[in-house]
Amino acid sequence: MRVGVKLLLIAAAVTAAGVLIGFYVSHLTKLAGSPAYSAPVQNAGSGHPVVNLEIQTVAAVGPKLSQNPDWVSYLVKDNGQWKRKTVWDLPAHATINVTIYNFDGASALRNPFYARPQGMVGNRIMVDGQPVDHIDPNDASHTFAVPALGIILAIPGVTDDAKNQCGYAPCQMSNAHRTIKFTFHTTTPGHFRWQCFVPCAAGWIDGFGGPMQTIGYMDGFLNVKAA
Amino acid sequence: MAAEPNAAPARPSDSTNHGMRVVVAWLVLSVIATPLVAIFVGPLFPPGNASAEGQGQVFDNQVMTAFVTPILCLLAVFFAYGLITFHARRNEAILDGPPLRNDSQIQLLWVVITTTMVLFLAGFGTYELLKDGSGGGQGPSPIALPAHHQDAFEVQVIGQQWQFTYRYPSLGGVESNQLILPAHTDVALHVTSLDVIHSFWAVELGVKADANPGVDNVAYVETKNPTTFHVRCAELCGLWHGYMYNNGRVLDPGPWHSWATQAAKLYVAIKPYMDKQEADGGAPYAHSYLPAPDRRAG
Repeated sequence: MRVGVKLLLIAAAVTAAGVLIGFYVSHLTKLAGSPAYSAPVQNAGSGHPVVNLEIQTVAAVGPKLSQNPDWVSYLVKDNGQWKRKTVWDLPAHATINVTIYNFDGASALRNPFYARPQGMVGNRIMVDGQPVDHIDPNDASHTFAVPALGIILAIPGVTDDAKNQCGYAPCQMSNAHRTIKFTFHTTTPGHFRWQCFVPCAAGWIDGFGGPMQTIGYMDGFLNVKAA
Repeated sequence: MAAEPNAAPARPSDSTNHGMRVVVAWLVLSVIATPLVAIFVGPLFPPGNASAEGQGQVFDNQVMTAFVTPILCLLAVFFAYGLITFHARRNEAILDGPPLRNDSQIQLLWVVITTTMVLFLAGFGTYELLKDGSGGGQGPSPIALPAHHQDAFEVQVIGQQWQFTYRYPSLGGVESNQLILPAHTDVALHVTSLDVIHSFWAVELGVKADANPGVDNVAYVETKNPTTFHVRCAELCGLWHGYMYNNGRVLDPGPWHSWATQAAKLYVAIKPYMDKQEADGGAPYAHSYLPAPDRRAG
């Protein structure tokens, strides 16, 4: 085989590998089984878009929503249905009102740093209707954190003696839960990962395997897009 | 044996001293290139001059590049000379060259030169490392101590999947997700991890130290002028390893104290959990993180 043909084949192989890698990286979230959720935007044309996100955190995602029914997970409310989607499309320069319903118990923070909410409006969150600037680190169940945007908050858990605790998701509002509300503003477009910092993956080494390492459960992306 | 009538002509025998030519060309090129590389290219090497350790690493890179330059010149001269002088001319018969025979003097010279270079670099590297640690993690009992290590400002670097946070014991356990350091200060970084192995790399400061669970890995750095630097995790640590980066800042004393005051105010809500010790019925958190894999951060 001539040298030129060999070089051409090598170049073609390298290009094909590059395209495949690029495709894999750019479609990582889809390949991981977590399609993006496009949140409905209010006041879209006014220059001040507003998005209301409703999320729930559950101790076990259940067989209807996952092949791993025992995995801890976040869910998002999509057209009235709770879906296991953790990649969310949000508009840039928007106000995002977030409501988290937590149905899981407390497992304590490893690091009290995450007990103080920061990065949202007023650096405060509403817990069951009360404004708080911190929670007891021992009461934390999960965190919602977007490190690149400086957003960190710990989510208090349901007490051990609470009645009517939720078994499998999707949980109902009649189940024991905590309600956390906060507001943050998106800025410029970007691709921001979010995650839980509480090692809450029961049964995994240090609590940080399985659902903590898989997009679609305790991790995801905020795809902030230009309006 | 008679030559075949259509064979290409062979090159006439060559009495040129090619070895001497190569040596002379190499010496000339090395004498010109080495100082140029050391003086003009060397200062551009990473990590830069943001810290004394960074400056030291730039100097080390300059010295090693100065050593490497003559070797590179020798390879370049040998390669170029061979291509120019020994390539086959058009229609020239390809004949085997003269046999190679050992030359004990050249062999001895080669062994002495390379051994000297390697030993020098080993000694130089050891000296540079022992001088101040060169920004590397030295474990819980460092032996390469900078001059003013007793007065070093302590910061705990806590790695966790997937973020570094920074606790300031002298500020009552205030913690931040951004490393903010005062300028012109000796800093002792106590690097550890709450979960898996990370590696704390403050790029422009020239600091790199493994963050191992249960280990207090100490690295020293002397900051210089105010600047911004990058922090990255340099150890593959899971799903979001690629996102485990941030910026840090070195501030003048005034702005740094303003930042510290503000950080302390923001952290005041958490302080009771840090101040109340486990023996007093409090949560097991503390101003200083006590490395232990099965404990919380403090």
